[in-house]
Amino acid sequence: MTAAWVRRAAPAMALFGLVTVPFWVGNSYYIDVASQILLFAVFALALNVLVGYGGLVSLGHAGLFAISAYTAGLMLQAGYGHAVADIAAVLVTLLTSALFAVLALRSTGIGFLMITLALGQILWGIAYRWADLTNGDNGVSISTRPAPFGISLVDASSFYYATLLVLLLALATMAAFVSSPFGASLRGTRDQPRRMTALGYNVWLIRFLAFLFSGFWCAIAGLLYLYNNRFISPQVSALQASAEVLLMVISGGTATLLGPIAGAAIVVVTKYVVSAYVVRWNLVLGVIFVAIISFMPEGLVPGSVRIWGFVRRRWRARQRARKTLSGGPP
Amino acid sequence: MTALAVTGLTKSFGGLRVTSGVNLAVEPGERRLIIGPNGAGKTTLFNLITGELAPDTGTIALFGRDITRIACRRRTHLGMARTYQIITLFPRDTILRNVVLALLGLSRLRWNPLIALERQHHLMTRADEALARVGLRHIADRPITETSYGERRRVEIAMALAQNPKVLLLDEPFAGLSIDERRDVRRLLAAIPRDVTIVMIEHDMDVALDMADRITLLHFGEVIVEGSRAEVVADPRTREVYLGE
Repeated sequence: MTAAWVRRAAPAMALFGLVTVPFWVGNSYYIDVASQILLFAVFALALNVLVGYGGLVSLGHAGLFAISAYTAGLMLQAGYGHAVADIAAVLVTLLTSALFAVLALRSTGIGFLMITLALGQILWGIAYRWADLTNGDNGVSISTRPAPFGISLVDASSFYYATLLVLLLALATMAAFVSSPFGASLRGTRDQPRRMTALGYNVWLIRFLAFLFSGFWCAIAGLLYLYNNRFISPQVSALQASAEVLLMVISGGTATLLGPIAGAAIVVVTKYVVSAYVVRWNLVLGVIFVAIISFMPEGLVPGSVRIWGFVRRRWRARQRARKTLSGGPP
Repeated sequence: MTALAVTGLTKSFGGLRVTSGVNLAVEPGERRLIIGPNGAGKTTLFNLITGELAPDTGTIALFGRDITRIACRRRTHLGMARTYQIITLFPRDTILRNVVLALLGLSRLRWNPLIALERQHHLMTRADEALARVGLRHIADRPITETSYGERRRVEIAMALAQNPKVLLLDEPFAGLSIDERRDVRRLLAAIPRDVTIVMIEHDMDVALDMADRITLLHFGEVIVEGSRAEVVADPRTREVYLGE
């Protein structure tokens, strides 16, 4: 098995696995969990734009995710159609992202983190306390899923496929973004912001646009969450949710395309599947994170690639040694 | 017209005056050397000229155009480029990618999120040419982390040259180099055509003396002596500053 072969075959096998999920996961609850993994993967990919490629660690992204879901949920409750509600949700989220960015981009590092945290908490406060608008702790329920192009998404597997499609689209735009000149500019502002300014780049504007790009995919993920669960509550916007998605990105591998997806899978599986068997599932999640940080500080995906390469080299070296021992001159 | 004109430039950090009424007039094509002991305010002067710092008073003009209030990044678009005394490269990227980023900074392409950077062949070719000028073409694909200090210095210069500047500001381009590397860098700087105006900072005046048309001696943020090479070397105040006589 050569490395090139693995590189070509692995995505195809992964895609095959993802497409066949509804067939080997019979239970519709678990198909919903699978959809949940995929939509959180979209969310984590969105955050990764800032954390991984922009070097801007946000702890307020659950606010953006939630405001999209709330906007659409409340508009659907008020009797608007899916198309209007969804477009409005994306626009409101983009506007909020712009506001977040203008306030938080006055600083980087810890400052950026604290401002985004505060902004996220404001949105959580609105969701939790402004009960006249958001129904407070009781959350917002919706009864229907959209039917794009006349295709019903009511049953679990069709919604799963719709979510998979969105994830692949998100992944494709991220891949294009990363290899584009703008992606290179964003990474430059992460590594040497001062130099970037001296080279003629508008560092602030690059970060601002990256924030909007991130906000857009947060909005999409929020909509998928709303439709998958048909319910949204203030918990979704809480600091815990922001921390979880950040852990997805960091544990999977920042500044990689597949890392956030792996991270989303770990968190969601622990939360929805392991929790059925282990009451203290948070502890399990903690142990997993500690293990990842200890053995693969760069994250699960890049760490696995590194360890796999190491094992392969060792195995080859041993093969060569054996060959020279048996076939060499006496 | 003067390429770079600095008049009455002053900058204080709290109670410390780091630049004090500096006047500088560099003619097009000139090679100007700015010397001075540690803490003379040489790099601060560069930071003021490039706009990384804002002056308290005074003006800066590039080819007759007042740029005192123009943002640092805009000055680059107007034809100013600099290198850093403390090497400031993109460590996760290759040498070639570093130079490409320098080129991209002046190209409208930098806003494009849809095309593949790798396929922008004109950028790659121009980056390759800039690397050829500094003799690094053969290791263009090497990551910065695997390069020597001397090579990094040359990447700095390649990035500045790639931007095709009218005024090039070099902050101690010889700092930390071996004798052989110094000779290489000197040859490379000597090959820069005269349509580029060069202002160079050097802490050690012997290193770059023979390249300079005119020399400015800075001490405690003030211009002490300015003149031709012979004038500055002969001036007793130079000896006073450097030898403490």
